[in-house]
Amino acid sequence: MTHIASATRPVVELECKGIVMKQFSVLCSLAVLVSTGCKKSEDGAVHKKPTEGSSAASATESIELSISCGSVGKDYDVCKEGVEAWSKKTGHQAKVVSSPTSTSEKLAVAQQLLGAGASDIDVFSVDVIWPGILGSFLLDLKPYAKGAENEHFPALIANGTIDGKLVAMPWFIDAGLLYYRKDLLDKYHAQVPTTWAQLTETARTIQDAERKAGQKDLQGFVFQGKAYEGLTCNALEWIASYGGGTIVERDGKVSIDNPRAVAALDLAGSWFGTITPIGALNFEEEEARGVFQSGNAVFMRNWPYAWAMAQDPGSQIKDKVGVAALPRGDGDATRPAATLGGWELAVSKFSAHPAEAADLVMYLTSAAEQKRRAISGGYHPTLPSLYSDKDVLAASPFFANLADTFKSAVPRPSTVTGSKYNQVSSAFWNAVHGVLAKQKSAKDALAELATNIERLKGPKW
Amino acid sequence: MTRKLQTRDTSWLAASRTRSAWLFLAPMLVILALVAGWPLLRTIWLAFTDANTLQLEQRKWIGFDNFLNHQDGRWYGVLADPVWWRSVKNTLWFTVCTVSIETVLGFGIALVLNRSFPGRGLVRAAILIPWAIPCVVSARIWGWLLNDQFGLINHVLQSLHIVEHPVAWTADPRLLMTSVVLVDVWKTTPFMALLILAALQMLPKECYEAALLDGTHPIKVFWRVTLPLVRPALMVAVIFRAIDALRVFDVIYVLTGANEQSMSMSIYARQQLFEFNQAGYGSAVSTLLFFIVALATIVLLVATRVRLGED
Repeated sequence: MTHIASATRPVVELECKGIVMKQFSVLCSLAVLVSTGCKKSEDGAVHKKPTEGSSAASATESIELSISCGSVGKDYDVCKEGVEAWSKKTGHQAKVVSSPTSTSEKLAVAQQLLGAGASDIDVFSVDVIWPGILGSFLLDLKPYAKGAENEHFPALIANGTIDGKLVAMPWFIDAGLLYYRKDLLDKYHAQVPTTWAQLTETARTIQDAERKAGQKDLQGFVFQGKAYEGLTCNALEWIASYGGGTIVERDGKVSIDNPRAVAALDLAGSWFGTITPIGALNFEEEEARGVFQSGNAVFMRNWPYAWAMAQDPGSQIKDKVGVAALPRGDGDATRPAATLGGWELAVSKFSAHPAEAADLVMYLTSAAEQKRRAISGGYHPTLPSLYSDKDVLAASPFFANLADTFKSAVPRPSTVTGSKYNQVSSAFWNAVHGVLAKQKSAKDALAELATNIERLKGPKW
Repeated sequence: MTRKLQTRDTSWLAASRTRSAWLFLAPMLVILALVAGWPLLRTIWLAFTDANTLQLEQRKWIGFDNFLNHQDGRWYGVLADPVWWRSVKNTLWFTVCTVSIETVLGFGIALVLNRSFPGRGLVRAAILIPWAIPCVVSARIWGWLLNDQFGLINHVLQSLHIVEHPVAWTADPRLLMTSVVLVDVWKTTPFMALLILAALQMLPKECYEAALLDGTHPIKVFWRVTLPLVRPALMVAVIFRAIDALRVFDVIYVLTGANEQSMSMSIYARQQLFEFNQAGYGSAVSTLLFFIVALATIVLLVATRVRLGED
């Protein structure tokens, strides 16, 4: 599988291939550094127009890359189509490796592979919260981007830049959205809710009436309630929309123990057993979408990908779905809040073919490919220019209306907490999960959580 | 003189045998040392450092700080983490429940299978199926069966009017551990049944014939003849299962994820090692886990030896 493309490749890298033991990883990464260094200069000489993906021209034989895309919804298929188009264009092969659906598990796999210096995967899809954790294992893409990075949202480029190195190229942007059943809301003359209290009320009214009318399985509201990163995203939206802060503020202060956050969690806790099934305590994105798309929920909180799935020809709710911004909290100083998500593409420092891998990343993040992905998969582009594109707007009419939601999306505190973000997030989702499962009161859980996060923080982040 | 020669011969022979025995054992010992001894020692050693999984080389010795340390009026370390103690509690509960239920059920099944009846070979093969399915696969299947929205089990319970609303088996904190125990019992009872069946088939017929002649009641035969005779094999099976159950990871992780309500010691260790990148702290957890399993094994072994001595 590993083909040595060039005779100039240093021998030392060959020796490092078989070595997996940690003790040699320093030696190994040194070797890789040496080899990538050589590779780069080689590229500079050969590729005059890297934006055209002309790497095939340099090698007489094609090489094979491995790319790990997502597995949620259409992720795998849409990614594979893009990768195949690149293969056709360049003559190189690229294998799409499937990955876990939960982002927490994906990160664990990526960390294991990169921590061991494994070259098995060349291109990783990385969550917006990861560059700080994985940055030191990723290749600087700036020499390959040739200015293409300036076409993306500056905030996303800043997110992918670690210590002056562009380690990840933005691929698509995510924000939490409220999906609702247009037909059911019309039937009961209900407005699209703008506050969580309205949502609770509307969901209960419609659910009770429909259940009486015979649709016993109808649920009012479904979202991601399993103890994993997705719950952190959901709960952050509730709390931020109540003006309860973002767990840890930008200056490093632990802000989670406050009355507004308690109010938000109290309301969310009241949903279970009334408008939300207890089973939602074990829902990821796909479980929630499964319930909504089979016509068994009035409202759903999910990412933009669910739109294209709901509008699929085989979908039971095709043309019955509306999308809106998430509701705001009750009281003053509240606002609608959507958690900022999204995925970027990065090249492993241990890749045997960094130039080709970087070329694949540039191809997949290009305007043409992002446009295709927006139309066929509903993925939100990371290039502002595509938000006024006619074809894109025709496929996802809500793109234009929700531009504000994306602009004002709430980032998770991953920058300020750095490498401890995972622990903070895990402590947070477990505390929230305990409240939702009625094991603890919101007040006690958040007080305890604040102490735990302070413990993780130590003297400073 | 001849005798002297003979002893020298035998001692020479014995020495040569010992030598070749060691020679034959050596590859196994070397491999064991490499794949079991070395990682174990390294883990124990890492437990006393502040190593990070992503930068394993940059580490320093910190003594027992990973286990317990006191700073600014607060206790830190594994032993001060309530989540760890929760996972210990969960694991012990899981172990006690699954092993005892599996032993009783397995014994029953083994007794039935020990009788000859038509189609016995087929039943014996069929009963092994749950044990033969990879654990992750069977846990996934059960996850779908137990699902509260589209799961078959809720559908059946609802159509039989046993429950009114679907039961959230893998989400409701009051039912989580019960569901996990049920799935494990389904999966591992065949293993127990098979080990006990093997022991039953080795039993001497004379004891039963004697009991028959004496006209002993079958239940008395079971308590006085069968049980004492299979006890050694039974204890081996119980110890195997207990060690396995104390390390449980897959069933719980696939059904419920890294949820504190149902977290086991192995899930806790994995999370520290691979999600939080704390190689040092995670190794301390793994070391504790190792000693807990070792301790449980010793206790079980000693307990059975004492009881066996009484008989």
